[in-house]
Amino acid sequence: MSGGETSVSEADGNGGIMGQQKNLEGYVGFANLPNQVYRKSVKRGFEFTLMVVGESGLGKSTLINSLFLTDLYSPEYPGPSHRIKKTVQVEQSKVLVKEGGVHLLLTIVDTPGFGDAVDNSNCWQPVIDYIDSKFEDYLNAESRVNRRQMPDSRVQCCLYFIAPSGHGLKPLDIEFMKRLHEKVNIIPLIAKADTMTPEECQQFKKQIMKEIQEHKIKIYEFPETEDEEEMKMVRKIKDRLPLAVVGSNTIIEVNGKRVRGRQYPWGVAEVENGEHCDFTILRNMLIRTHMQDLKDVTNNVHYENYRSRKLAAVTYNGVDNNKNKGQLTKSPLAQMEEERRDHVAKMKKMEQEMEQVFEMKVKEKLQKLRDSEVELQRRHEQMKKNLEAQHKELEEKRRQHEEEKASWEAQQRILEQQKLDASRTLEKNKKKKIF
Amino acid sequence: MAASEVDVFANEEKRNLELGGHVGFDSLPDQLVSKSVAQGFCFNILCVGETGIGKSTLMNTLFNTTFENEEASHYEHEVQLRPQTYDLQESNVNLKLTIVHTVGFGDQINKEESYKPILEYIDAQFENYLEEELKIKRSLFNYHDTRIHICLYFIAPTGHSLKSIDLVTMKKLDSKVNIIPVIAKADTVSRSELDKLKIKVMSELVSNGVQIYQFPTEDEAVAEINSSMNTHLPFAVVGSIEDVKVGNKMVKARLYPWGSVQVENENHCDFVKLREMLLRVNMEDLREQTHARHYELYRRCKLEEMGFKDTGPDSQSFSLQETYEAKRKEFLVELQRKEEEMRQMFVNKVKETEAELKEKEKELHERFEQLKRMHQEEKKNLEEKRRELEEEMNAFNRRKVAAETLMGQALQGCSQQPFKKDKDKKNFFSLPSACSLTSGRNLN
Repeated sequence: MSGGETSVSEADGNGGIMGQQKNLEGYVGFANLPNQVYRKSVKRGFEFTLMVVGESGLGKSTLINSLFLTDLYSPEYPGPSHRIKKTVQVEQSKVLVKEGGVHLLLTIVDTPGFGDAVDNSNCWQPVIDYIDSKFEDYLNAESRVNRRQMPDSRVQCCLYFIAPSGHGLKPLDIEFMKRLHEKVNIIPLIAKADTMTPEECQQFKKQIMKEIQEHKIKIYEFPETEDEEEMKMVRKIKDRLPLAVVGSNTIIEVNGKRVRGRQYPWGVAEVENGEHCDFTILRNMLIRTHMQDLKDVTNNVHYENYRSRKLAAVTYNGVDNNKNKGQLTKSPLAQMEEERRDHVAKMKKMEQEMEQVFEMKVKEKLQKLRDSEVELQRRHEQMKKNLEAQHKELEEKRRQHEEEKASWEAQQRILEQQKLDASRTLEKNKKKKIF
Repeated sequence: MAASEVDVFANEEKRNLELGGHVGFDSLPDQLVSKSVAQGFCFNILCVGETGIGKSTLMNTLFNTTFENEEASHYEHEVQLRPQTYDLQESNVNLKLTIVHTVGFGDQINKEESYKPILEYIDAQFENYLEEELKIKRSLFNYHDTRIHICLYFIAPTGHSLKSIDLVTMKKLDSKVNIIPVIAKADTVSRSELDKLKIKVMSELVSNGVQIYQFPTEDEAVAEINSSMNTHLPFAVVGSIEDVKVGNKMVKARLYPWGSVQVENENHCDFVKLREMLLRVNMEDLREQTHARHYELYRRCKLEEMGFKDTGPDSQSFSLQETYEAKRKEFLVELQRKEEEMRQMFVNKVKETEAELKEKEKELHERFEQLKRMHQEEKKNLEEKRRELEEEMNAFNRRKVAAETLMGQALQGCSQQPFKKDKDKKNFFSLPSACSLTSGRNLN
């Protein structure tokens, strides 16, 4: 499968070989590369798919509107929450938003009906199926012979809304997160945070994180950076997980400022006030700093997991993967090549064995033939001998008989002669007597 | 698959929405860029040109450093490619640069195969990438990309046009890699000669259908400079890493008795243009073209060669799983067929041999049947003879007995005549007739 190795000498710089460090003695110009990358990416435009999951009434639609400062769900395009649903649905809305010359195709995936039924067993299944089907679409697009654009509709982030009960995670929450944490980046959020006091919220958060750890749920993790400043920020965020949010579609005037908030008789809960809730942190993290990382983790981790599982299944036809772990570094085609080689070797062996058996049988048969030939020959010889002996015997008997006969006949002749003489004498005597 | 089970209400129209404030996703390009910078960049240059034409010098000049390169001899009996990888850094940008030189290019007497090692090397890098891409467990995001992003083709400044090896080589490579032709050692050509040469070279490339790299003009930011540069191709370059004092500055130049050729003086040569285009303006486009065009073409051809199709005979598109499953089925069927073939061959062999052996057996039996028959006959003969003898013996015995009895009676009659009764007389008289009858007969 590889060519050109005859003419290429060693050290071909593959697989992360360290190159020689060289110092530049003057202006070269490739430092401009990032700008080139920047320009091209702006020209291409960006895509992002965000999924929101949670029981109805937790303020998902409101939060989306607040995050993107737009009316994704409006009277003309009512959100799924206003529609009647009998089963869990998965609905997507695509919107194109522009800001500072940057185009973003935003897909919001909503899951109305989740957790609303009396029996919620398997209500996560449609969600899993949706995510898998998007992976499948991408896998097929990526695997085509003719690839042109590869539209990416894979779910890159899942905001999971936890009801503010104040006590801990519900079994449904745990079940859902356990099943989806290896398919999508999960960011758990405490919804309607304005129904808890800061202390209650703190307790609640601690409890939730404890349970998440207990159940070994892998929620989205912020990547380590080398930058000190960034690391400080990341650590601050980590301390406040899960983020407690409040969303609002209404703008209220507070102290002369127009803010998004929720008006209560006792005051206004401001969405963007860091002391009231963690909304700002969420927005900054989700949109302003980690959107690209969410996409990268989806592409490099979750999608790759899906893909390797899918291809391994195809290659091994359901054979237990653990046996073949070491072989996953091959492509299915290389795998088939190897199988073919094995098969050729097996066939050769089989052929040899069959050949051996055949030879042996032929030898046996020939030997048998020879043996029976010898046997028959022997018998023939014996019979011949027998016959000869009998012949001889007969000869002897005949000879004896002849001898006996000859001698007896000779005797008889003498006797006859005597008889004749005797009868003549008797006749003579008779004649004499009569006279 | 899952799509049929899930009730996906796809709101497919893409609505344009107005934002009521600053959301902040305009930082997306910055996020992308900072990630790329953190990862580092790869760039791979292939230099094709005769020995001594100035490839190494140009690289040193271009990157303002000294890349170690042993001088090549003219006696290589085939073209070899020597890649070298370097880690460079300019401001915050880390670049893993691989420079591949063709050693011995143009030195052989028979240059017909000269382009082959180059083609093979380029294909091999595509192949490595494709292999990685097809693996079940793969890591593309930290794969060291060795695919050639740019091929600088060095044209000798002597002569009035392209050499035939230049045309042949560039024609073979133009669908595989981005080619920028450069006229080397431009300081050995006068201005007018250079202009003529450039025009001639470009027209020859056009008339032979060689596709060289065009600087992109879609992006407004760079459209102007790129389109103007396109008209200056091929770039006439001079390389030098020696510093020469010109005026009160130290500049890179080549010192001749009649003056100094300043590398970075745009009146003297196109070096600056090359550097601008190659590194400062279009590096990312070169990388993109390599991946999106040249590599895709290679991949498509390779997959088609291996029998992959996007659509089946009934124009239904295959999913990857279906394709692999189909391939696998085909593969298993073939293996089975081979097995069957072998078995069949064996069965035939066995049948043949059995037939032979049966023949032999038959022969043997026939032979022995024959012998048996012979035996039977002999036995019969013997039996008859025996019977004959017995009969004879019996007859003889009877004769003997008869004769003896007769004799006995005769003797009795002779010695005891008076005592003979008439019965005896009668007996005596009746006997001889019997006696003589038999004796007469027996004497035969």
